[in-house]
Amino acid sequence: MISATINGQIVNVAKGTTILNAAKKININIPTLCKHLDLDATAACGICIVKIKGTKKMLRSCCTPLEKGMEIITHDNQLQEIRRTIIELILSNHPNDCLECGRNNNCELQKLAADFGIREQPFKRFLRQIPKDDSTKTIVIDPQKCILCGRCVQVCQEMQNVWALSFLERGLETRISPAGDINLADSPCVRCGQCSAHCPTGAITEYDQTKRVWQALYDTDKYCVVQIAPAVRVAIGEAFGFPDGTNLTGKLYAALRKLGFKAIFDTSFGADVTIMEEASEFTQRFVNKKGKLPMITTCCPSWVDFMEKFYPDMIEHFSSVKSPHEIVGVLSKTYYAKINKLDPKKVTMISIMPCTSKKYEITRSQEMFASGVQDIDVVLTTRELARMIKQAGIDFANLSEEEPDHILGDYTGAGVIFGATGGVMEAALRTAHYFITGKNVNKLEFENVRGLKGIKETEIEIKGIKIRIAVAHGLGNVELVLKKIQAALKAGKEPPYHFVEVMACLGGCVGGGGQPYGVTDQLRLARARGLYTEDDKKELYLSHDNPYVKKLYKDFLKEPLGKVSHELLHTHYKPRPLYRK
Amino acid sequence: MYKKTVFIKDTNFQGLGQTKELYNKFLEALRKKNLQDKIQIVRVADMGVYSKGFVVRIPDEGILYCNVKIEDLKNIVSKTLVNGQIIKGLQCDRVEKQLRIVLRNCGVIDPESILDYVDCDGYQGLKKVLLDLDPLGVINQIKLSGLRGRGGGGFPTWMKWNFAQKTQADEKYIICNADEGDPGAYMDRSVLEGDPHSVIEGMIIGGYAIGARKGYFYIRAEYPLAIERIQNAINQARDYGLLGQNILGTDFNFDLEIRLGAGAFVCGEETALIASIEGKRGTPSPRPPYPSVKGLWGKPTVINNVETLANIPYILLKGPKFFAKIGTKDSKGTKVFSLTGKVKNSGLIEVPMGITLKDIVYDIGGGLIDNKQLKAIQTGGPSGGVIPAKYIDTPVDYDNLSKLGSIMGSGGMIVIDQTDCVVDIAKFYLKFCVDESCGKCAPCRIGGSQMLDILINITEGRGKLEDIDKLKRISTAMQKASLCGLGQTAPNPVISTLTYFFDEYKEHIENKKCPAHKCQELLDYKVIEEKCKRCGGCVRVCPTGAISGNREDGYKIDLVKCIKCGKCFEVCRFAAISKE
Repeated sequence: MISATINGQIVNVAKGTTILNAAKKININIPTLCKHLDLDATAACGICIVKIKGTKKMLRSCCTPLEKGMEIITHDNQLQEIRRTIIELILSNHPNDCLECGRNNNCELQKLAADFGIREQPFKRFLRQIPKDDSTKTIVIDPQKCILCGRCVQVCQEMQNVWALSFLERGLETRISPAGDINLADSPCVRCGQCSAHCPTGAITEYDQTKRVWQALYDTDKYCVVQIAPAVRVAIGEAFGFPDGTNLTGKLYAALRKLGFKAIFDTSFGADVTIMEEASEFTQRFVNKKGKLPMITTCCPSWVDFMEKFYPDMIEHFSSVKSPHEIVGVLSKTYYAKINKLDPKKVTMISIMPCTSKKYEITRSQEMFASGVQDIDVVLTTRELARMIKQAGIDFANLSEEEPDHILGDYTGAGVIFGATGGVMEAALRTAHYFITGKNVNKLEFENVRGLKGIKETEIEIKGIKIRIAVAHGLGNVELVLKKIQAALKAGKEPPYHFVEVMACLGGCVGGGGQPYGVTDQLRLARARGLYTEDDKKELYLSHDNPYVKKLYKDFLKEPLGKVSHELLHTHYKPRPLYRK
Repeated sequence: MYKKTVFIKDTNFQGLGQTKELYNKFLEALRKKNLQDKIQIVRVADMGVYSKGFVVRIPDEGILYCNVKIEDLKNIVSKTLVNGQIIKGLQCDRVEKQLRIVLRNCGVIDPESILDYVDCDGYQGLKKVLLDLDPLGVINQIKLSGLRGRGGGGFPTWMKWNFAQKTQADEKYIICNADEGDPGAYMDRSVLEGDPHSVIEGMIIGGYAIGARKGYFYIRAEYPLAIERIQNAINQARDYGLLGQNILGTDFNFDLEIRLGAGAFVCGEETALIASIEGKRGTPSPRPPYPSVKGLWGKPTVINNVETLANIPYILLKGPKFFAKIGTKDSKGTKVFSLTGKVKNSGLIEVPMGITLKDIVYDIGGGLIDNKQLKAIQTGGPSGGVIPAKYIDTPVDYDNLSKLGSIMGSGGMIVIDQTDCVVDIAKFYLKFCVDESCGKCAPCRIGGSQMLDILINITEGRGKLEDIDKLKRISTAMQKASLCGLGQTAPNPVISTLTYFFDEYKEHIENKKCPAHKCQELLDYKVIEEKCKRCGGCVRVCPTGAISGNREDGYKIDLVKCIKCGKCFEVCRFAAISKE
């Protein structure tokens, strides 16, 4: 512990604590803009400067560690004047079209300007004329609105190890873009959207498709159905003032009905089906030695894209099962349409996802049209849905809870924990255990795959056989796992793992790129807790015990990995180039 | 094989062409005494002596003859070169204001020959270090010498070394910062090209002192000759066992490698330079951690400027006390300046710290061109400031320059006369920093552009008095909140001109006039009727047809049509066009 004073107050903190965090500890908030709570300081904006007695320089509190005996001033007339000048300078280089901006009312720059009471622009307007890049149709970069805080570049390079985004040019011409000034769609971008989740302004947002959904809903010729992913239910509350991590499943169903959807499904049901197929596939590979080990999960489209681009030699290790929402999608236009005597062409399937990449997944290969038409028509992110609910004048907070449409809507605890890192693994192991032993396990048997540790490795024993597993989240953490596997395979050794789960985003889908802005570890944990609490409460916690899953197999699919399953629920992967041009 | 070298130069003229006759006559005189194979005559570009006619320097005897006539050559050969006699009448009586330590070998030795360098006591400092001193001993010698970094910051060199020496690590690095980028500066380049081994020797000693096994030269790619000569010198040093394993038979191993910079000014900043060597975008990072603790590839790293390193062998050879005798209390040794602007003898000079600006401008520089009045001196390049003429008796050292609102910087020095506009000069330097801003931090990226825009407005007649407040406000924000030295110092030229020449700004803003008649937009061109010979030359060159009239009635300039290009002023042979 070291001791220093901030504005005359004594503060004791651990060595290495930044001045910013030390001040926070004694309830002094130093204004910041570029600093993100969980990311290393990029030190770009200079707003958090403080004075330290004995030096003429002012130092950035976001990245300067507190030193013993320092006497720090965080607020005085000169500091406030400099901060105000910097904010005015940044605003002189910003479109200030807040009313037409995706981050209106939810923008860190706007908030700072409001807090400082900026009422006029003393400086000349320097606007950069750089066109938007919406080439990926998942995320949109508007360089004009960028304040060059560098969070997205840091996230893309360090957290995700994708290196699609970097800085180009210099001085006032500096901008974020893929190297070589190409479109994002032609770059290695895997569309995870973490850049947008960390962006303080409207410079990176999701590709908005709410208009298309409104049109479909008002089109009397269309039969609109919808599904919501597990992670959406524990994050949407942030847009309506609920405490972090509140699980709002019932209210969501009600709101979606009010929006005009004819049937409400749940992706967690798809997750239960995924487990049936994936656990069978794993049993095939592990017990019957058919197929490569380790087997790697494929629920995450950014991860799939990453693998196809960066590690195409690992494709054989991929589970061929589609992601849960694709399964609900294809079933809605086959199984559900058949039961309800609907024309699949008229069924419009909307997926509400915590994810920007799902917008890409729905057309990524021919198998996404397994029903004969495009299985999922539009993907909306959690953020887009929140806006639609508000536009529709729905009093979300006071809605009574409703039920989903049962045929593709009921799920077990195993299905809902898919939204958190380790969830797929835990759910799959619960069912794999049954497939291998014929016996059900306790709910908390495989709990140690939970939590925010970047790579979680463990060994479990089923029927005396040891299964080595790894769970990685955040693409930056994947490399270590993959390198370990590659090295073992190359050396002809036993692979270090039998089963690997990967999610592109930190924390899994709860931390997805389409979730409400301002994601932090604290939020990721709160959202995950919301899902695990539901699992705790659910009587059914094993996918193979879901009565509607049982009915689906009895009436339609017949058996996991069967002929119908293979046609509808499985897919293929292929190597893709990092750069398309 | 030549035994003796004689340098000649006609110091009244630029260039080498003027010495041809003297050279031939000299050669003739040598032949008569049959000395042509023993004595080599070298025509040099700069001798540090100005406006003294033909100058002959015989370095071995320390003889300097000036105002030499052709008829003196016979005597020089027969008396001085043959008999070693000094001809009193020719001896240059001026006190030598320059002192060459860093440039000691430049122009004296063949930079591509390691033997030439060794002949001039080269690598003797290293020998002393490796055989007699431990790393702390070396650092102590540098501490006693009082050497401060010559790259601009003026940070004590021994402290940098000491930090790195004390940090425990499996690898450490020393980097030579040869990313010289100030407009008009070529001090480092001259050393790299003229005496590469002295820098290499400095690097090896530094490496030994901090415990590094590897060093890098970071040289901008625009210096191809410097790169070539450094590479050549590295190869030679390796061949002679001065680099590589077991240097001079000791257990010290050290090697050097060159990394090329792409010429971004900001890469002279230590953390940006490190990023550039690592192959990343050259942008600065916050400090701490300092490079001496966590630098190149996360290892303790010392970055020294070329000039600093060239001082090192000299200090160890002559002893720190000898070095510390030169200079002022807190600024020891010499400094190389590139003296330019409105001065008669512009060029590279090396002077002891503590010399006055007056001595530099008038004694070494020979005064101002056309004997105009001195207005100010700009020092420190784009991060520096202007010092008005009234401070001309100030002794030059780190602290004095900083007290006057300027800096030593890497050694740019520009002499400004009454025809130079200080607002224009501030604009020039600010533009340089705006162009070179890496764009990472907001105060520098946007603040610099805003300030430049205001200065453009002022010099083009659109300035307002409130602009001065804006300039001051942005300057403070940039100085205090920019991440690196580039942004922190970029407003200096503006602040110092505002401090000393506020009236000139006011004149631009209130009366829309440039007192130096430099700012084109603020000039009014007029035909002076009494002087006009009515040749009509101005009419023919005017691109906008702003000049009307005829031979009988004379000519007039329509100020509305005039775009102030200055063509008529230039073409008029009778000085009949006025601009004010």
